[in-house]
Amino acid sequence: MNPFSSGTRLRDMIKAIRACKTAAEERAVVRKECAAIRSSISENDQDYSHRNIAKLMFIHMLGYPTHFGQMECLKLIASAGFPEKRIGYLGLMLLLDERQEVLMLVTNSLKQDLGHTNQYIVGLALCALGNICSAEMARDLAPEVERLLLTRDPNIKKKAALCSIRIIRKVPDLAENFLSPATSLLKEKHHGVLIAGVQLCTDLCKVSEDASNHLRKNCTEGLVRILKDICNSPYAPEYDIAGITDPFLHIRVLRLLRMLGHGDADTSEYINDILAQVASKTESNKNAGNAILYECVETIMGIEATSGLRVLAINILGRFLSNRDNNIRYVALNMLMKAISVDSQAVQRHRTTILECVKDSDASIRKRALELVFLLVNDTNAKPLTKELVDYLEVSDQDFKGDLTSKICSIIEKFSQEKKWYIDQMVKVLSLAGNYVKDNVWHALIVAISNAPDLQGYSVRSLYKAFQLSSEQVSLVQVTIWCIGEYGEMLVNNVGVLQVEEPMTVTESDAVDVLESCLTHHSTDITTQSMCLIALLKLSSRFPPSSGRVKEIITTHIGSVVLELQQRAIEFNSIIQRHQNIKSSLVERMPVLDESTFISKRAGSSQANISTEKSNQQLPSGASLKLSNGVAKPAASPLVDLLDLSLDDTPVPTSTSNDFLHDLLDVGLTNSSSSASGTDILMDLLSIGTPVQSNTTPENGSSIKGFNDILPIAKPNTATVQVVDLLDGLASNGSHPGAQSPVHPSIIAYQSSTLKITFSFTKQPDKPQVTQIHATFMNLSSEAYTDFIFQAAVPKFIQLHLDPANSNHLPASGNGRITQTFTITNTQHGQKPLAMRIRIAYKVSNQERLEQGQINNFPPGL
Amino acid sequence: MIHFVILLSRQGKVRLTKWYSPYQQKERATVIRELSGLILSRGPKLCNFVEWKGYKVVYRRYASLYFCMCIDQDDNELEILEIIHHFVEILDRYFGSVCELDLIFNFHKAYYILDEILIAGELQESSKKTVARLIAAQDTMVETAKEEAGSISNMISQAM
Repeated sequence: MNPFSSGTRLRDMIKAIRACKTAAEERAVVRKECAAIRSSISENDQDYSHRNIAKLMFIHMLGYPTHFGQMECLKLIASAGFPEKRIGYLGLMLLLDERQEVLMLVTNSLKQDLGHTNQYIVGLALCALGNICSAEMARDLAPEVERLLLTRDPNIKKKAALCSIRIIRKVPDLAENFLSPATSLLKEKHHGVLIAGVQLCTDLCKVSEDASNHLRKNCTEGLVRILKDICNSPYAPEYDIAGITDPFLHIRVLRLLRMLGHGDADTSEYINDILAQVASKTESNKNAGNAILYECVETIMGIEATSGLRVLAINILGRFLSNRDNNIRYVALNMLMKAISVDSQAVQRHRTTILECVKDSDASIRKRALELVFLLVNDTNAKPLTKELVDYLEVSDQDFKGDLTSKICSIIEKFSQEKKWYIDQMVKVLSLAGNYVKDNVWHALIVAISNAPDLQGYSVRSLYKAFQLSSEQVSLVQVTIWCIGEYGEMLVNNVGVLQVEEPMTVTESDAVDVLESCLTHHSTDITTQSMCLIALLKLSSRFPPSSGRVKEIITTHIGSVVLELQQRAIEFNSIIQRHQNIKSSLVERMPVLDESTFISKRAGSSQANISTEKSNQQLPSGASLKLSNGVAKPAASPLVDLLDLSLDDTPVPTSTSNDFLHDLLDVGLTNSSSSASGTDILMDLLSIGTPVQSNTTPENGSSIKGFNDILPIAKPNTATVQVVDLLDGLASNGSHPGAQSPVHPSIIAYQSSTLKITFSFTKQPDKPQVTQIHATFMNLSSEAYTDFIFQAAVPKFIQLHLDPANSNHLPASGNGRITQTFTITNTQHGQKPLAMRIRIAYKVSNQERLEQGQINNFPPGL
Repeated sequence: MIHFVILLSRQGKVRLTKWYSPYQQKERATVIRELSGLILSRGPKLCNFVEWKGYKVVYRRYASLYFCMCIDQDDNELEILEIIHHFVEILDRYFGSVCELDLIFNFHKAYYILDEILIAGELQESSKKTVARLIAAQDTMVETAKEEAGSISNMISQAM
């Protein structure tokens, strides 16, 4: 016999490996063993194959590669003896997973074993099949498993039932075959078979609507009887856990009843009694009892229960909530979140307890409780709840602060009825956790302050006070700087003092001190410093005596290595020195952004964001938010312009909205640096010869979003100047060829055997570059199209704005049409004609189709 | 359903793993690493449920071993705690006061027992006695087969 054959027993190998002190030692031992096993396998050593596979499994658990043993498993499975089969199947389940092709080779052995006379071998085969089979194997062996569902041996029956569950999950089409065997399983007495049977029925309901109906009609009575029996049964030692007979069966039957009663009033009524019985009779001092009660409450919440039953359920949850066991409280919080939609009044009663849970030492419980509190907030309790949460914010952990802060900010925004309260809370939150506050939150605060002239003095004073205490919170600093810049004179002259304020004197130099300290502080970032500079400029206009000092401070940054600061410093310096006459009008009070427009725009962009992220959330009606066909008016953060943040910072807030355009048209609209990538994307998307230079605009404020209509400020941003120059240039050139008649003939833009697109044009006489095109899509084939999406790309000198289409379903044979409007602005009107590349995607009989084309036949003069 | 079962020692060594959902070998290693970090660092008084990647992981510590089971969001966590305890009690009954060493040296037997309790991520048998009986019957079969093989090879070697 080979001296290096795997003579070591499994036990000895394990001992040897455990005795290794270092990883290298262990690797050496494992390598030796693997070599021995490999040689033993290649010699077809029958005696030791059992032991080899056992060793291989241990080595596999340590994390070493063991693929060379896979074929050996197959050989063992194919051999005749029970021990070999047993270890072979175990090796199969451990060393292989369902994605490996080797698994297919086992199908034949499995088939034979499923028909074996030895019941335990059948059991082994069913177990392996149920744990590891792939879809193809499932399809092949389903008939065998179906047959086995009808044997008399309960061991085989229950294994076959669970194996069927896996088959149904892998191949849902086979569900109908298992329906009638499953129903008959429910009449068994053996608990194992019952558990497996009930689980099989539950999975059938999940997969097939028909199964659900069938079970509802025929099996509800039987299920209730089962539940009644075990509920009322005397002590049964075999199934007893903590004084309850077979809690597992309880729970599974409850779950199946929930699926059957969901949405069906009759069934729900029928099971009302048994649910009440289980809910009131089960003892809850042990985990088993609590598990049953939990499932019972879930069931009550999931069906059309009577109000009495619901009250019972909520009471149980209330009891859970005050339980000392963390697990029970966690579970209760979970359930209460679902219960809110059912009966929010009852949940409100437990508000204090829930609030206590937010402060619990267990992170999982804290998180759940916070989410629950957030759902519970309404107009009446917003203020006390916010106070509690803000108080807790002070002492909470770092990793929890982020979550907590964002939730508090949402609550404050949604439920603030008075401006003053809103400002107060926001200042507090900013002082406590400003670093976790998102940008759009404090942008909103600034909008609110600017919209409340009587509170501006109060705001700037509170911010000043808060700043003295917590100047390390970046958002707080930024808001304070902005407000001091805008409302500096209110701070110094104590304008608009409210009754609740304590008297405070702030001199001009104090205010300038604040800004200076910010500017020079070592940890201030570039954005904040830029804001400081502009605030100083404003102050030099509002506080003429301090102008000299301000100028000195600004001058120190003329040599800054940061381009933005240097530029600002030089510009502002020259304004102060040479342009005193226009200085005051330059830094006049900011025009107020209309709050309601701002909120709706922001809600639009954030909701559209949510719709792209979570498609299962329900959006409120805003059809303009549907991004299926056209592009809804995406809202760039308007405050980008208001707050004088450097242009470099704009990509972050606007990229979210630009992403819609980006996704749909793959046109790089964000900033010029991404135009190159935009081109590449365009190339892939349209794949029609050379890529068309995408319509890049160097700055985000331009008209693609129709934004100039909203912002009343003519902000001196460079790009608008460019565009204006372009337009002016063209107008002064006056080279408008041909007639500028507002009527242009409509064209057939694109026609294929399956689709026809017509464009009709309208122009306004005073805007020669802008054309409105109405596109009509007609389906020329005999099948209807769904998910119809039209996309277009235009050359660089043209700007395109797509409105949403009126539908995305196109009936066949021209029986209906889809219309879509878009607006084209040809910045080189008169010099270059319009051209466009289009791409249409739709689904026909569940197949996706794509059509592409180029439109060159635009009428001249557009 | 239960997606996988993992038994971890206090030092993070894996004593048993069973996967009921398709996870490739590399993914399995990653999962084990992540969960080890997550679970072993939790304090004793905290609740036995962790949220992980959209699933819930229920774990319980018995002496030096952590028994972890990963379930879907809508499953009953308290029931899984009971299933874990069911498993441990059956192991205890089989090995007689089971300890971690038993599970190391007899891991294949632990797997056999697990296969009698769970299939396809669902509970198979709620009676400890039945499970014990089935395992005992199969062990006897193995013993008989070994004896037969032993006696046959004896006869053959004697005949040689």
